[in-house]
Amino acid sequence: MINILQERERQVNCGTEPFRMDCDKHSAAGSVSQRACVFCGSRVVLYPVADALHLVHGPIGCAAYTWDIRGSLSSGPELHRMSFSTDLREMDVIFGGEKRLYGALTDLIGIYRPKAAFVYSTCIVGVIGDDVAAVCKRVGAEQQIPVLAVHSEGFKGTKKDGYQAACSALGELVGTGPTRDIGPRSLNVLGDFNIAGETWAIRRYYERMGLQVVATVTGDGRVDDIRRAHGAALNVVQCSGAMTHLARAMKDKYGIPFLRVSYFGIEDMSKALYDVADHFRDAAMMERARIMVREEVTRILPEIRRLRSGLEGKRAAVYTGGAFKAFSLVRSLRTLGMKTVLAGTQTGNADDYQALRELCDDDTVLVDDTNPLELAKFIQERGVELLIGGVKERPVAYKLGVGFCDHNHERKTCLAGFEGMLNFAREVHATVTSPVWKLIRSSRRETTAAPLDQCGHDCGRCTLPMCCGAPVPPANAVI
Amino acid sequence: MTLLRHTHGGTITERQALTINPAKTCQPIGAMYAALGIHRCLPHSHGSQGCCSYHRSTLSRHYKEPVMAATSSFTEGSSVFGGQANLHQALQTAFTTYEPDVVAVHTTCLSETIGDDIPQIVQKATEEGLIPEGKYVIHANTPSYVGSACTGFANMTTAMVDYFSASASPDKVAGRINVIPGWVEPADMREIKRIVRLMGLEAIVFPDTSGVLDCPQTGKHELFPRGGVTVDQLRATGDSIGTIALGPVCSGPAAAQLTTRCRVPNTVLPLPIGLHATDAFIMALRKYNGGKVPREIADERGRLLDLITDMHQYFYGRTAALWGDPDQLASLSQFLMTIDILPKYVVTGTPGTKFLKRMGEVLGDRKSEAQVRQGPRADMFLMHQWIKNEPVDLLIGNTYGKYIARDENIPFVRHGFPLLDRVGHQYIPTVGYAGAIRLLEQILQVTLDKIDRESPEEQFELTL
Repeated sequence: MINILQERERQVNCGTEPFRMDCDKHSAAGSVSQRACVFCGSRVVLYPVADALHLVHGPIGCAAYTWDIRGSLSSGPELHRMSFSTDLREMDVIFGGEKRLYGALTDLIGIYRPKAAFVYSTCIVGVIGDDVAAVCKRVGAEQQIPVLAVHSEGFKGTKKDGYQAACSALGELVGTGPTRDIGPRSLNVLGDFNIAGETWAIRRYYERMGLQVVATVTGDGRVDDIRRAHGAALNVVQCSGAMTHLARAMKDKYGIPFLRVSYFGIEDMSKALYDVADHFRDAAMMERARIMVREEVTRILPEIRRLRSGLEGKRAAVYTGGAFKAFSLVRSLRTLGMKTVLAGTQTGNADDYQALRELCDDDTVLVDDTNPLELAKFIQERGVELLIGGVKERPVAYKLGVGFCDHNHERKTCLAGFEGMLNFAREVHATVTSPVWKLIRSSRRETTAAPLDQCGHDCGRCTLPMCCGAPVPPANAVI
Repeated sequence: MTLLRHTHGGTITERQALTINPAKTCQPIGAMYAALGIHRCLPHSHGSQGCCSYHRSTLSRHYKEPVMAATSSFTEGSSVFGGQANLHQALQTAFTTYEPDVVAVHTTCLSETIGDDIPQIVQKATEEGLIPEGKYVIHANTPSYVGSACTGFANMTTAMVDYFSASASPDKVAGRINVIPGWVEPADMREIKRIVRLMGLEAIVFPDTSGVLDCPQTGKHELFPRGGVTVDQLRATGDSIGTIALGPVCSGPAAAQLTTRCRVPNTVLPLPIGLHATDAFIMALRKYNGGKVPREIADERGRLLDLITDMHQYFYGRTAALWGDPDQLASLSQFLMTIDILPKYVVTGTPGTKFLKRMGEVLGDRKSEAQVRQGPRADMFLMHQWIKNEPVDLLIGNTYGKYIARDENIPFVRHGFPLLDRVGHQYIPTVGYAGAIRLLEQILQVTLDKIDRESPEEQFELTL
């Protein structure tokens, strides 16, 4: 058993002991957590609304680090790709930032005439006690557009609480637009963020089934669509944490039922379409879905089979933000003949982990809110050949000589839907079969055979088989 | 359609209190980067989880390396009762699990505003035995609403002096100097060490991220790679004969502090980017090595001059827009002036006033042809508006320039922080004479590529 932080013992499960994951808690202070904050949660959920203004109320960092970081594509306006900040300074912290916020909002709405504005509270705003909601209300009344306060102070919970704050803000928009031309065969796509155009792929599938897509929340999102989203007959929610809150609220308020789905992998994607068709109890729609699935699967299967032959039996580790994606990835990897030996999430809850336990093999390690050290040790211990994760995990995988696939903000190809499964297979194949891993393994062998890194040179070459041959500096040399 | 179609030219937009597309970021990330330049140091962010996560992500995207740092993981409780309990738990976790030699704590807007007193919290941790024998905790105050990433870097570098520098004897060690390299790339720090070595001197370079954020691939994940200045070296800085601080904003304060604490005289120089700034660095080193300049360095200078000579016609009459951090901008602008390109627009969000004065010196009698802005609302939106009204031939700055480069079709050289979409900066220096050659090569590459791409077929030429 590897060394795990004591506080984290109940957040790691190796399949042997009785199981109830102790998740949903704050990271142990001092651990190198891969998690982010409440603000981050709100920001990633709302960011793709392309014709809204997104103003970050706080010091510059929070706006700077979230400036266009997520490849959420828009088919029209791109106001979301700009970075707006009240850029709070010391004097504002002492005297309050409300005046500054009012000024910034008024200026921005004057310049851009957006359809709506989201104002994100950051840590500092929660401490100095600015009444953000009051300022938003005032500016909203003056400018005649919805100005929504997002209560996303970083320290007030976890990233999941940020999702909730975002959903609350969206909830204020829903129900304020006209619904006249919305038919009974209609739905909203919730919880897809159009990274690399994924929402577009999903929308096309539903439209081929004869459904009207009212609003995509928030991928390629538009304020006017969201305002009339309450006219749809069904909410289809992807991503376990981010949008369920909004779906529940819309169910309570407007009686709109919702389905939870995942669009990753052949199994989950097909099931999503069938579930939706099933919901509408429409035989013709179900038939269209069946035909479409058959067509799509037939189209991608030959190449997936070819790629699978190079991947059969390889071992993968999966570390995702939400749990639903982890489920889909475990299944998708099975489609590719691969075995998931480690699975974890940043925000999964106890039920999610129970489901993950049942889905995975008996000896698969499950981790909640892991850290690089733990991750590295499990990867080595379990002979992992592919890690699926986000930006902070990539370099760790590479340093260990392990392939990597970004299934987070930085994915560059659409990984959702049927074509997404093919893209995923290609990405996995590209990294797992790269010749570079052999180079690393052979250099590692030779390094171990002759510990050249002890020769004392500062040339950076001495860990390689060839030593630079320079004279060894005296032990006390400072350079 | 253009990406930044929301930015228009004409009258420059009046703004009261608002930054659009910033040319700066907040202090803590600078402190984190500086701390990574200490051997076996775990940077620690005393604030919410998000801060640490954002800084690590940004540094990882820039360096393509794992970046280790821990966080106090503030909750609502800590924001009411103070972060002492969190920091104590964090120190315990850090020292037992990761075993660093040093934990370098930096504050955030949150912990500063609730008034956490780090030295007092650390004192208490020491009393309670949470800090093992021979291990250290240092700290820097880096509220996000003051200064910028550059001052964060400066504060953490100054903390290294405050916590470690000591004077063991009244006599200074002849032939050994301290060099504070400023916020430059690991490759630049390596190059600075090479130059000092060629000049026949020993140097303690701090912080030093070479060997930390440009690690060779060994198939192993080292929590603490081999690079970084050691605690012993930091201690010894008090006995060096002099300190050369490269970049007044990032390195000046630590050098001054070392003079105050240990009477080590200091010279504050511009970052050695470009011909003249490198000359100044070499001249400063000559004061300590008896005045000689080795043939190798003289030849490097000669090669740079040769390249400028060969290509001078391609620089004449051209203009550039630059954004980023003041130390970089001053030296880059000076280099552009040297080769006959006018730095027409320069913006930095880092507050202060000295930069404007320095830029005045750099621009000399062409001052009236350029626009320089520092501090509030000196951002990329403003610069883009300027460009829309009167374009330039070249952009130099961090990755965020790519929108403007694409929309306005202007050749773009990536330089500064962060660079999220290219590689090379970690490995290939831009300081020193050799670094200046690299910069010129990049400038010429993008400039000539554009000419080749756009010249009509009958004027498309094979040779220069």
